[in-house]
Amino acid sequence: MSARLRSTTAKIGLSAAALLLLLAAWQLVCVLCGIPKYMLPAPTDVAAAFAKDWRLMLDHAGVTLAETFIGLFFGIIVGFLIAVVMDRFEVIRRIVYPVVVVSQTIPTVAIAPLLVIWLGYEMLPKIILIVLVVFFPITISLLQGFASVDADTVRLMRSMGASRVQIFRYVKLPNSLGHFFSSLKISVSYAVVSAVVSEWIGGTRGLGCYMTRVRKSFSSDKMFAVIILISVISLILIWLITVLQRVCMPWEKINNDRSKST
Amino acid sequence: MARLEVRDVTFSYDGVTTVLKDIDLTLGDGELVCLLGVSGGGKTTLFNIISGLNKPQSGRVLLGGEDITGQTGKVSYMLQKDMLLPYRTVEDNVALPMIIRGMKKKEARKLAGEHFKSFGIDGTQKKYPAELSGGMRQRAALLRTYLFSAEVALLDEPFSALDTLTKSEMHRWYLDVMENLKLSTIFITHDIDEAILLSDRIYLLGGKPATLTDEIIIREPKPRRRDFNLTEDFLNYKREIISKIQV
Repeated sequence: MSARLRSTTAKIGLSAAALLLLLAAWQLVCVLCGIPKYMLPAPTDVAAAFAKDWRLMLDHAGVTLAETFIGLFFGIIVGFLIAVVMDRFEVIRRIVYPVVVVSQTIPTVAIAPLLVIWLGYEMLPKIILIVLVVFFPITISLLQGFASVDADTVRLMRSMGASRVQIFRYVKLPNSLGHFFSSLKISVSYAVVSAVVSEWIGGTRGLGCYMTRVRKSFSSDKMFAVIILISVISLILIWLITVLQRVCMPWEKINNDRSKST
Repeated sequence: MARLEVRDVTFSYDGVTTVLKDIDLTLGDGELVCLLGVSGGGKTTLFNIISGLNKPQSGRVLLGGEDITGQTGKVSYMLQKDMLLPYRTVEDNVALPMIIRGMKKKEARKLAGEHFKSFGIDGTQKKYPAELSGGMRQRAALLRTYLFSAEVALLDEPFSALDTLTKSEMHRWYLDVMENLKLSTIFITHDIDEAILLSDRIYLLGGKPATLTDEIIIREPKPRRRDFNLTEDFLNYKREIISKIQV
């Protein structure tokens, strides 16, 4: 086993041990203090609830995931377009930037019911909410990426007779990929949470609806089970993006390894 | 015949302070000419004008008799940093100027590939710039410069970031390449030794606004003796330049 692999395994082992310890403490408190299940279910209760209801949960998860992906897809497109236009036209940047920032200060729980009133109980209001939440980190990070381009590199490209579009394609865009993926990791977890929140407010299917139902019936064990499921889904998505980033940016690993060794 | 001519160029960034005044300069076929002067003395500005990035208030730049004042993409320009894009492989970096000119990627790669050997970087095609040593990266950057325009190369302190040993190796190598490819080069340096070692002629740039104050012809035949920089001739050139240079 290489030294690097060994240290990674050690780190994972340590985290797992801490998690187990926490679960054991939780279980112990529930059993010893006789806390009722509807107030705080023990980890074993949560596991039992998941074992019983997992088919239904995964069914709802499918709907939530569909909304997440569609919302994320359009959110990325919108975020990208806004960033490109803002980067290209200084005037538009000055006008649009404050509006974009203000749009992010409105709490999602306030927008979600309005969207339901305007657009109904189907998927559309949910997707719109996700787009609204997701585009912001994408836009900001891309703008930063575009702006951080080395001025001398642009000068060299211009001296080669490169057009604005070519400079964008060969310098600005690849230069911003790292920024883009960092923001995508934030966006994806926002997207899942927003999907759940919007289902909460109005809808018939999805993990948010399931949550509302189990909350109304005081099934706290199922509530905890579904919260854990949502976390796991988010973590898997973030991990997938990390993998995607590694595939799309093979040079990053080489550059990192070199800067570490020198 | 002169490959490149700069005629009566005067330039100012803001229209108030003149940076360059009445610059007249010629570059012959296969010639290596050096611009020597203190840092911040307008050398890079002159390159920006020759490469078309900036337009002079008056005066013209001629390439083979054709007026190219203010036109980019005509003469190739290489800066002090190698400026290889970290996210492109070496061959894709080198092929970039041709792709920008509209050539298909595959074709550009093939054409670039033919020169890897003569530039001494064979085998690095699929590598990323970060995997190469400083000297190798500079060679790759020079190949890119060459593929950008085979006529005239402007080199802005191309070797100043390298260590002394790599530097003298690169000097010999560059003179070789120039000879083989019939390149004409103007290069900027503030290193007097480097200027004498490489150049056919040296222009001294000085004053505010900057003018060409002097021209020194190095009569030492090429290829130069290995110990040229240890000879009395070399020292005489150096004395002459030091006495004439304006700080």
